[in-house]
Amino acid sequence: MNPVPPSPTALAAEHFLARQSFIELKARERAELLVDAGTARELAGPFDRISSPWLAAQGLVPQADDGVVIVRGAMNARPVVVISIEGGFQGGSMGEVSAAKIAASLDLARKVGEQGTPIPAVLVFESGGVRLQEANLGLALTGEIHRAMLALRRVVPVVGVIPGMVGCFGGMAIAAALCSHLIMTREGRLSLNGPEVIEQEAGPAEFDSHDRKLIWEITGGAQRYAAGFADELVEDDVQTLADALRAALARGVPARHRSERVGEFLERIARIDDPLRFDSAMLRDLFAGLKTDERHVSR
Amino acid sequence: MEKLIFKYPAASELVSRRAHVGVVASGDMEVLLEPSGAPGARIVVNTSVDGYRRTWKGVLDRFFSHYRGAAAIEINDFGATPGTVLLRLEQAAEKSRR
Repeated sequence: MNPVPPSPTALAAEHFLARQSFIELKARERAELLVDAGTARELAGPFDRISSPWLAAQGLVPQADDGVVIVRGAMNARPVVVISIEGGFQGGSMGEVSAAKIAASLDLARKVGEQGTPIPAVLVFESGGVRLQEANLGLALTGEIHRAMLALRRVVPVVGVIPGMVGCFGGMAIAAALCSHLIMTREGRLSLNGPEVIEQEAGPAEFDSHDRKLIWEITGGAQRYAAGFADELVEDDVQTLADALRAALARGVPARHRSERVGEFLERIARIDDPLRFDSAMLRDLFAGLKTDERHVSR
Repeated sequence: MEKLIFKYPAASELVSRRAHVGVVASGDMEVLLEPSGAPGARIVVNTSVDGYRRTWKGVLDRFFSHYRGAAAIEINDFGATPGTVLLRLEQAAEKSRR
């Protein structure tokens, strides 16, 4: 007698259990797992104690690495720098030190490249944006991140990942948009302003921050991918994500970055006649055709 | 935020490696454990919750009832429960022995 084949549900459950969640990992574990085994070397780590000088003065406990982990290592046996933001610490917010660490490592990757082999960068985004307690300094240094990305992406790819669950907002949403290649999961969110900010500024009629369905339908990874704001949608699995990153790095610098096509996106936005009437399907239609052919869903 | 300092002069075993564990996330904390370079252990706690010196002392007394490392330990705490504090300390101690 033939054995009974496993049901689709059993297969799906088996597949689900076989995954190693990337989302559940901390920033340091994420960075160390993404690079080739045994190659990880941390720069400006916790024992260097380059932490925020501003938080304690405001009664907030600092973190020794200010919530940013910089790991030099190899992917595809070629040098890479992985910059991983810790969402658990102050919402992954960009203060003076955390943002300076990112900008300086991107600059270092470019300068090393000027002397020999350029070093591509991987950014693992998990950020609510600028750290409000460090206001102008966080804002200024986030601008430095953007500048450093623009300089580096001309010579080597700067690949971004938004795994979730914090998501990627504010100045770091701009950084995500500047990436050569952007990968998201369904659990990731991408938006310039967070839902609460939009509601506060424009009222609940514009965006109801309590409407979780609305938030995920507009800012969630599946929607951002479908509308062309992310290049790839992957499952929450360490190996799947690492494979997607290696493929993106191997693809090199795109002929034209998304941010260089801003005119095409603006032209679509200008077609909206009633800004209060939108839903996910309407937005997907609005931006249809702006995706490039190479985009695909990795499983 | 409160800064607390504790000393355990009897902790005299050599700490061979430094170790870092944890994150300053809600209900969690980070531990930086390294050789103290002097006899005895010294613990600096930066905690977001004021007024818990006695509880910290109780948890640390318990940890140092079996841990003998002459360690300089820095804790950045964001509201970890005593159970989490002990867990993170044990993790740091284990990692420093690896």
